[in-house]
Amino acid sequence: MSTDVLMPALSPTMTEGKLARWLKAEGDHVQPGDAIAEIETDKATMEVEAIDEGILARIVIPEGTEHVAVNTPIAVIAANGEDVSAAAPAAATQHSPHPEPAPSPMARDRAPPPAAPVPAPAGKQPGYTGATATITVREALRDAIAEEMRRDDSVLLLGEEVAEYQGAYKVSQGLLQEFGPRRVIDTPITEQGFAGVGVGAAFAGLKPIVEFMTFNFAMQAIDQIINSAAKTRYMSGGQMGCPIVFRGPNGIASRVAAQHSQCYASWYAHCPGLKVVAPYTGADHKGLLKAAIRDPNPVVFLEHELVYGESFEVPTDPEFIIPIGKARVAREGDRVTITAFSRMVKLALLAAEELAKDGIAAEVIDLRSLRPFDAATVAASVKKTNRLVAVEEGWPFAGIGSELAAVMMEECFDWLDAPVKRVAGKDVPLPYAANLERLAVPQVEDIVAAAREVAYR
Amino acid sequence: MPSKGSAAAVKLAEPPVAAATFKRFFEDMLLIRRFEERASQMYGMRLIGGFCHLYIGQEAVVVGMQAALKDGDSIITTYRDHGHMLACGMDPKGVMAELTGRRGGYSHGKGGSMHMFSREKNFFGGHGIVGASVPIGTGLAFAHRYRGDGFIAVSYFGDGAINQGQVAESFNMASLWKLPVVYVIENNRYGMGTSISRASARTDLFHRGIGLGIPGEQVDGMDVAAVYDAAQSAAEHARSGQGPIILEMLTYRYRGHSMSDPAKYRTKEEVDKMRSEHDPIDHLRQRLLNAGMAGEAELKDIERRVRETVAEAAQFAQDCPEPDPAELWTDVLAEA
Repeated sequence: MSTDVLMPALSPTMTEGKLARWLKAEGDHVQPGDAIAEIETDKATMEVEAIDEGILARIVIPEGTEHVAVNTPIAVIAANGEDVSAAAPAAATQHSPHPEPAPSPMARDRAPPPAAPVPAPAGKQPGYTGATATITVREALRDAIAEEMRRDDSVLLLGEEVAEYQGAYKVSQGLLQEFGPRRVIDTPITEQGFAGVGVGAAFAGLKPIVEFMTFNFAMQAIDQIINSAAKTRYMSGGQMGCPIVFRGPNGIASRVAAQHSQCYASWYAHCPGLKVVAPYTGADHKGLLKAAIRDPNPVVFLEHELVYGESFEVPTDPEFIIPIGKARVAREGDRVTITAFSRMVKLALLAAEELAKDGIAAEVIDLRSLRPFDAATVAASVKKTNRLVAVEEGWPFAGIGSELAAVMMEECFDWLDAPVKRVAGKDVPLPYAANLERLAVPQVEDIVAAAREVAYR
Repeated sequence: MPSKGSAAAVKLAEPPVAAATFKRFFEDMLLIRRFEERASQMYGMRLIGGFCHLYIGQEAVVVGMQAALKDGDSIITTYRDHGHMLACGMDPKGVMAELTGRRGGYSHGKGGSMHMFSREKNFFGGHGIVGASVPIGTGLAFAHRYRGDGFIAVSYFGDGAINQGQVAESFNMASLWKLPVVYVIENNRYGMGTSISRASARTDLFHRGIGLGIPGEQVDGMDVAAVYDAAQSAAEHARSGQGPIILEMLTYRYRGHSMSDPAKYRTKEEVDKMRSEHDPIDHLRQRLLNAGMAGEAELKDIERRVRETVAEAAQFAQDCPEPDPAELWTDVLAEA
């Protein structure tokens, strides 16, 4: 009996990859555990191993093929003695070692493919006329770090797996090679310790970029971020500065459950003495990270694992900077304002598309910066639309949406035609099961429903 | 009191130099003692608020250590920091005015007893979270190594902080990266009200880095000469690129953990014995007299000078106005 070898997923968020190289030829005998091919993603290169003994009967996907979707049959292994010429690839769903959930009444709750289409090419920056390149957010971050390190010897990168491994999410790809181990430094797994080392180096005038593998792990270091980095300038009467960037992925990933899936936006935004940034587009990631590195204050820079692989048009000018503290109108409209940040901007834009089909013109505001908070841009929009839906991935209690609701009460009370509506993560630790995970985080339809509710449509 | 580096081990310099050095130690320690006594009095008068942790009894540690450092070396400590600031050469007026929460304080009245800094003197605080200053001090050493400027960092902390995880994390990184840092454990036997034997599985702490390849030494922290001797070797070790080193200073605080501590966890006899037999200032005073390095009149002169300095600081700290209300909103963020 022949077995299909399927394109494997190498990470929770991988959807496709490149079949880089075949290590076995048709007709070769393979044992379980033998490496038969190499596949590449934007994050990693890994080997595919045979799981059955037999003959590599057919190579279905030739080497060098790009964009091979996960679960596509890439080869057929025939049992010893089987007529290999008869072996043909079967449909992926029949032999998949990683079966997709079967269609069921629950089907609508299944997680959407992470690489959903971006509704609008969020590309050219207003006012920017220079050259751009289409790159991923991951590359935009890397370029920002590299450009600032070239510009200023006091900028360095510190964190787990940032150097030799090239970054747990490959954000720091190539930086060790360009800047060497003095400036690109692998740390032990010791978040509180290396965050404190970064703070000390910043007190001494260096400009460390401290990468947390995820912000979930930064909880171990939050004392250093708040008590040491954020408060010392004030406590010293302005004598001390702490020019440091704490960055890494924040919020959910894909099926990594409660301890690896939390949005810390409101935690950090709560604290004076910090700047907090949570961008969505590639240009914003690049421009805001460069601003964060040059900023004399501690900046918490919240990224998102599900956004790293998205491509955008990004300015290539090394002096392209986006000032921290300004929201961006991502789509204009006059019927309802939707605020979002980080990955939720994408969902808000998709929701606006849906709403437009029904003649509801939604204005989408990408908050980008949570501290300082651009209340003026939101207020100006709400004074036009008279309605606000505040979207965030994190928990609702004391969240960014709660703050927006308060600001609207204070500044737009007479303009509101409906109560401010919050769309937030459900008030539970994030569950693992695919259907429950989808229920726990805001979806496009939740935003659409909230917008209809406040628009009375 | 156990002692490794006893007075006998001190490599005394030529007499005139040694005399000058010891007289300076005497004056520096006495300044801390009198300053702290005055702070205690002012706390009682409610001129100083909040927490106030006095350094009385431990003066030899910071005075002996600081004497072995160079201008440009970085210093960091925890919240029992008044002595460290004075030993760094910070102005007693500015320190006392910070204690009283006045605009002339080092932090313009916004930091208080536990949170003071001086960029000019490379004094990086003054930190209120037990253990948190140790990775920061390690980061200061990281910066010296990064810049290759030849300076070192000295990170002071207590026997209470040693059991914090981030201290162990710091030791590991400092040794891994061979950072130029001297860790000074001021072992005063009590972490607040818990004696060392009730908090640490082993009560000698100098070996805490041995598993990580960090040498450690136990020093009589009540003997300024022993401290100075150990400090010179330790500073040289760190400066020469050999990585971190730990000095455990066996010392004692006469007062409670803070002003509000009745110190019921130890006997009066224990405190009295330390004061009468091991007081670092009395000890040095006797040595100066016995060795003929100073006469009674000269020491009286020093005592008078110190008294005047402290009186001036106390007066300044009371006369100085409170911060302007506008100061509430300044220094949160720097202009980008």
